[in-house]
Amino acid sequence: MTALKGFAWVLIFQCAGEIIAQVVSGLWPGPVIGMLMLALALAWPPLREPVASAANALLPHLSLLFVPVGVGVLLHTDLIMLAGWTLLAVLTLSTWIGMVVTALVLRALWQRSSQGETDE
Amino acid sequence: MSDFVELWIYLSATPLFGLTASLSVYVMAHTLYSRLNQTPIANPVLWSVIVLAGILHLTRTPYQTYFSGAQFIHFLLGPAVVALAWPLWERRVELKKRAPALIVAAIAGGLAAALSAVVMGYVLGLPDEVLRSLAPKSVTAPVAMGVAERIGGIPALAAVFAVITGMIGALSAKYLFDRIGIHSPAVRGFALGTASHGIGAARAMQVHPDAGAYAGLALGIQVIVASLSLPLIARLF
Repeated sequence: MTALKGFAWVLIFQCAGEIIAQVVSGLWPGPVIGMLMLALALAWPPLREPVASAANALLPHLSLLFVPVGVGVLLHTDLIMLAGWTLLAVLTLSTWIGMVVTALVLRALWQRSSQGETDE
Repeated sequence: MSDFVELWIYLSATPLFGLTASLSVYVMAHTLYSRLNQTPIANPVLWSVIVLAGILHLTRTPYQTYFSGAQFIHFLLGPAVVALAWPLWERRVELKKRAPALIVAAIAGGLAAALSAVVMGYVLGLPDEVLRSLAPKSVTAPVAMGVAERIGGIPALAAVFAVITGMIGALSAKYLFDRIGIHSPAVRGFALGTASHGIGAARAMQVHPDAGAYAGLALGIQVIVASLSLPLIARLF
C-alpha cells in the first residue's frame, strides 16, 4: 500500500509537470518538471516513505522499461542502416568521449578539493 | 494444429501478447545475466530486445500489435523519471557539498558527448536533421525525444540514438574505465549515467550501490543540463 500511495504521488507530480509543460511550453518535458517539483516537495516528511517505496520498486527495473523502445529500434534498422557503420562509429566514439571527460573532470576536481581539506 | 494456429492468431493480436512476451523474455534474460556474474555482454536489455525482435520477425507480428501490450511497460518511463527525485533527495547533503564538482563534470561530459557526436557527424556529411537528432543522445529517451523535437531533429531517430548510446555505454564502460584507471564506483557510475543515461544507470545499479546512486544522479542532472543547454546552443546554428 505504501508503494501504491507513493506511485499515486509520483503520477500526481507527473500530471502537474505535464500541465506546466503544456501551459508554459518551456524547455523541459513534463516528467522532468515533475521530478524537480517532487525533489523539492520531499522536504515535506509525509511524502518521503511512500515515494521512497515507489522509487525503490520502479528504479531497480529501469532497464526493463527500455525494452519496448529497444525492440522498436531494432525493427527500424532501415532508419539506422541509412548511415550504417558511420553512425554507429559516431555514437560509440562520442559516448566514450563523454564518459572519459566526465570521469577525468570529476576525479580531478575531487582530488583537488580533498587535497585542499588536508592542507588546512 | 489449426486450433493452435487460431488460438495463436487470437492471442498475438491482443495486448496480452506484447506484455507477456516482454516481461517473460526480460525475466529470463535477467536470470542469465545474473548467472553470468553480470558480464556486460550479457546485458538483459540487449538480449531481451534481440530475442523479442526475433520473435516478432518470425511470427510476422507487426510492431504496433506488440506495442499495444508493451506500452504498459513503456508508459512507466515517465513515472520513473519523476521517481528519480528520490535518489536526488536521499543524497541532498552529499549533493550540496559536491554540487559544484558534479555540475561542472556533468556539463563538461554532457557537452563533450553531444558536441563530439555532432562535429563527427558533420564532418562525415550526415544530414542536418540527423545531426540535430544526435545532439540529445546522452539524455534518457523520453527527454531526448522532447529535446530533439524542440531543436528541429526527428524524435523517433533521437530515441533510436539514445537507446543505442545507452547500450554502448552499458556494454563498454567497464573496459573503458579499467583501461584509463578510473576505479572509484562513484566516479564510474556518474560518468556512465552522464554519457549513457537510464540504460547506463540501470547497468551501474546492478554493479555497485554507489555507482548506481551516482549514475541515477547523473541521469537527473543530465536531463536538466541537456534540456537547458542544447536548445540554446542549437539556436546558434
